[in-house]
Amino acid sequence: MGSVGAKEVPVLLSPDGKRIDGRRLDELRPLKIVAGALHQADGSAFVEWGANKVMAAVYGPREVHPRHLQQNNKAIVQCKYNMAAFSVDERKRPGLDRRSQEISKVISEAFESVIFVEEYPRTSIDIYIEVLQANAGTRCAGVVAASVALADAGIPMVDLLPSVAVGKIGGAIALDLKKEEDNFGEADMPMALVPQSGRLVLLQMEGHMTAEELGRSLDLGVQGCRSIYEVMKQALRDRYQVGGGAAQEVGA
Amino acid sequence: MRHGHRGGHRGRGPADVPVRSDGERTLVLPGEEIDVHGLQPGPGTYRVDGRTYASVLGLLSRRPPVVRVIPLSGRYIPKPKDVVVGTVTDVQTTFWLLDIGAPRWAPLHMTGTPWKIDVGETGNYLHVGDTVVVAIESLDPTGRIGVTMLGDDLGKVDGGTIITLSPAKVPRLIGRGGSMIQMLTQQTGCRIAVGQNGRIWVDGTPEGMVRVREALRLIEEEGQRSGLTERVAGYLGSSGGDQGDVGPGPMPGRPPFDPPNPIDDGDDSDDDAGPAPF
Repeated sequence: MGSVGAKEVPVLLSPDGKRIDGRRLDELRPLKIVAGALHQADGSAFVEWGANKVMAAVYGPREVHPRHLQQNNKAIVQCKYNMAAFSVDERKRPGLDRRSQEISKVISEAFESVIFVEEYPRTSIDIYIEVLQANAGTRCAGVVAASVALADAGIPMVDLLPSVAVGKIGGAIALDLKKEEDNFGEADMPMALVPQSGRLVLLQMEGHMTAEELGRSLDLGVQGCRSIYEVMKQALRDRYQVGGGAAQEVGA
Repeated sequence: MRHGHRGGHRGRGPADVPVRSDGERTLVLPGEEIDVHGLQPGPGTYRVDGRTYASVLGLLSRRPPVVRVIPLSGRYIPKPKDVVVGTVTDVQTTFWLLDIGAPRWAPLHMTGTPWKIDVGETGNYLHVGDTVVVAIESLDPTGRIGVTMLGDDLGKVDGGTIITLSPAKVPRLIGRGGSMIQMLTQQTGCRIAVGQNGRIWVDGTPEGMVRVREALRLIEEEGQRSGLTERVAGYLGSSGGDQGDVGPGPMPGRPPFDPPNPIDDGDDSDDDAGPAPF
């Protein structure tokens, strides 16, 4: 947000195919995931993805409040996506806005389709996503954090949900846009993949692409999701691995 | 996705951690494909197109005739006859609602108590915030949990404190044939009620309760490693030696001290004995 004036548009793609931060078109930003970063939640995760910092906490399944929301045949999935006031350059006015409501809704629906909700009727599974620092692709980082947190909370689901955005910058299709590329690029398309089935359970788009570019974007995004999936699995293994090397040091 | 046969998630695994034939424990994650070796898919798994996948994070257990995933985390899933420690969250005319750490609150009907209560007088017996030790009596497929206070060692508890442990670690706290919990009671002189839901009620001297809390933290952090009993014994032995002049020391039985506890204050039941993350 801030000031996207009609000022000079940065060169997003150099002649040799490098992006402003030196990445190739199909390269992700560095991704680091910590599972179980919080103590009070049933499950949690912290994600650092490029300059994004996102925390996710999961509670439940638990009693639904207010009561009238409860469904007698399944659990409901309630996600709250929130950006901290200090997450962007210019202070963001705290609280719900149209953007965060929309993101909360699409993320809730994405997870509802992978969680075995019928296992826990009349309950609620609550996902809280807090964006501490934003640099484009925060909803994807939120989905990644939330799905690691859900696994950490022991919630039964079809699969983890890796997520990434693909966009069009300087006429080329690029994976995992950063802020400048998002602001000045031609298109941005976040997606979330169920690796087990190959289904997409979240897909949005802003900007313009040809049908052929859309097809290539989807392929690139799915490929990106598969690499992210490996990082997510490793984060959970690091936390839970038994008899592994790292966790042996604790204790008297 | 939902059509395939799939085991439910009711019932936690047995106390023993599954061990593969080569002695290694296999961690599986949601969505990971499981080689069933002709066994039936059980809890913690789902089937799509003839293939079996894990649905929860946990340890793979192949006990013929089923393959299951034993969860390593998550909320307490009630099992019939489990003894649990609960907190009263609501008082109705004929029953109380208890938070037992399960997905749903559990109603305790007034007929499930040792008291003769008239309709509408439930509030005279248990109040919101009271701690009770109850047993799971009934479970229905919609997830409703019935509990009872009728039975040995069940009832309301006064004083003491509640320490929470991950429900998956409770079998470790009890130990083989109750060895661990027995050692803990004897070495600290505390009265301890273990809920299968991971809520542990402890009452005794302030020093004893601190030692129980430390021992529980040890179990929480190292519960998956072998030789836990020895390490807890080592801890209790050494700290008992350090404070031998005040502590009760290793003596059999339960010393009959029950003073109201000063350190109990402000020690709310959510305390998991872990340091604050920030």
